Amino acid sequence: MRTLLKKLFLIDLFQGLGVTFRSQDPKQIVTEQYPAERPQVAERYRGAPRMNTNPETGEPLCIGCNLCALACPESLIVMASERNEQTRRKELTSFTFDLSRCMFCGLCEDACPTDALELTQDFELATYTREGQIWDLKMLLEGPRPTRYKC
Amino acid sequence: MPDATFLDSTELVLNMGPQHPSTHGVLRVILKLDGEKVLGTDCVIGYLHRGVEKIAENRTYPQFNPYVDRMDYVAAVSNGLGYCLAVEKLLNVEAPPRAQAVRVILTELNRIASHLLWLGTHALDIGAITPVFYCFREREVALHIFEQYCGARLTTHAFRIGGLQYETYDGFERDVKDFCDMLLPKLDEYDELLTNNRIWVGRLRNVGVLTADECKEYGVTGPVLRAAGVKWDIRRAQPYSGYEKYDFEIPTRQNGDTYDRYIVRMQEMRQAVRILRQAVDSLSAGSIMAKVPKVIKPPVGEAYVSIEAPKGELGYYIVSDGSTQPYRVRVRPPSFVNLQALDRLVRGALIADVVAVIGTLDIVLGEVDR
Repeated sequence: MRTLLKKLFLIDLFQGLGVTFRSQDPKQIVTEQYPAERPQVAERYRGAPRMNTNPETGEPLCIGCNLCALACPESLIVMASERNEQTRRKELTSFTFDLSRCMFCGLCEDACPTDALELTQDFELATYTREGQIWDLKMLLEGPRPTRYKC
Repeated sequence: MPDATFLDSTELVLNMGPQHPSTHGVLRVILKLDGEKVLGTDCVIGYLHRGVEKIAENRTYPQFNPYVDRMDYVAAVSNGLGYCLAVEKLLNVEAPPRAQAVRVILTELNRIASHLLWLGTHALDIGAITPVFYCFREREVALHIFEQYCGARLTTHAFRIGGLQYETYDGFERDVKDFCDMLLPKLDEYDELLTNNRIWVGRLRNVGVLTADECKEYGVTGPVLRAAGVKWDIRRAQPYSGYEKYDFEIPTRQNGDTYDRYIVRMQEMRQAVRILRQAVDSLSAGSIMAKVPKVIKPPVGEAYVSIEAPKGELGYYIVSDGSTQPYRVRVRPPSFVNLQALDRLVRGALIADVVAVIGTLDIVLGEVDR
């Protein structure tokens, strides 16, 4: 009799649906709606490189010491600097970072004495061309600009 | 089934891999078959050969450090530890106690992550689909700790020669302890799913038996050796990085079949949790980097250091000619050596057992080919 009633009122079905609806709780949802919302990567995440600037003058912090280029296992950093006779300082003339060969080991940022070069939390690095993977100083200062999508 | 082949039957040669999903990468096994029965195997490796040992000769000592992560990419932290210990032995420096404790925590976390990946994929090969999702869910927690600690999940580059580059983040100890508390009930759950499962036991018991003597002949190490009853663990036999301070057991079994290797690895995860708890409690304040010159130039000489990686004995042999670059780096990878036992294990077995045996040897092709 009891089993008949259970079958008649679809008790098992509602119990099962209860499990389904419990996992609809916003706290339980693990699926990320990428790219509408992007995951938060760790603070120390080693992603796209960035050239930091002096907040007061806006000039790059790089002193042209070449230590990052020497530390890089893949020798993908190429830089050139020129000595400014007025200020008696080395000034950066060009700086290229070949991301296509980078393995994001972080040795360059460890080597940097002025914390100019830093690996950031940006992780969307795809480009349409191979040349686009070679970042110059301008790109390093601006950072990647991935498309932002609206939900 | 009669042992002798029928007169009118011919041998069938079957290529398994390199794209076969249960060869865990790009291993190609040429099987000689008599019906379902395997008469012999021939392994073709090298599809993932990148010449890591040769690359080392053209890199300075710190520069080569990220490359070792790419050999056994499932247990990158263990690889980094082995390499750093070998160079430290050449330089005659020792990492400070705090660095050693953090190293132990990260390598044991990596051991659990590696074993979880093995358990998930091994069960998937055999046909149990559920564990792989559970295992990856738990492994994700360990990988998240790596990401927060050093900024990468898989190819971590966590250690540097002489100690550590990164100080632990706020809440590191709590995260590791939470992971330990979370993992133990989950391990019971896997036990419930698999250990006494009739299909699981039927597929694994008495499949791929390797006795202790045969293990020694082949040079097989790690859980495969311990499942045959040999109590050999480098963490105990030649303690490194402060392992002598921790109280843990070396799980062994007697039969040396696939089921025993499964049990040994499951127990190893529980022992790893034990070590993790002790290591987190013993974490002391102090420096994390020993005094290492800026330009690493070890004196002329050679050093061999082996550690107990999740898959077995992982050794680094480095020859220094006194310059900034190593003269030669030779890696003794556990996967490559353990793979040699494959032919012995599957000869006379059925094709389905080949899948089980490859899974139980726990090989990573990045390390076999280097």
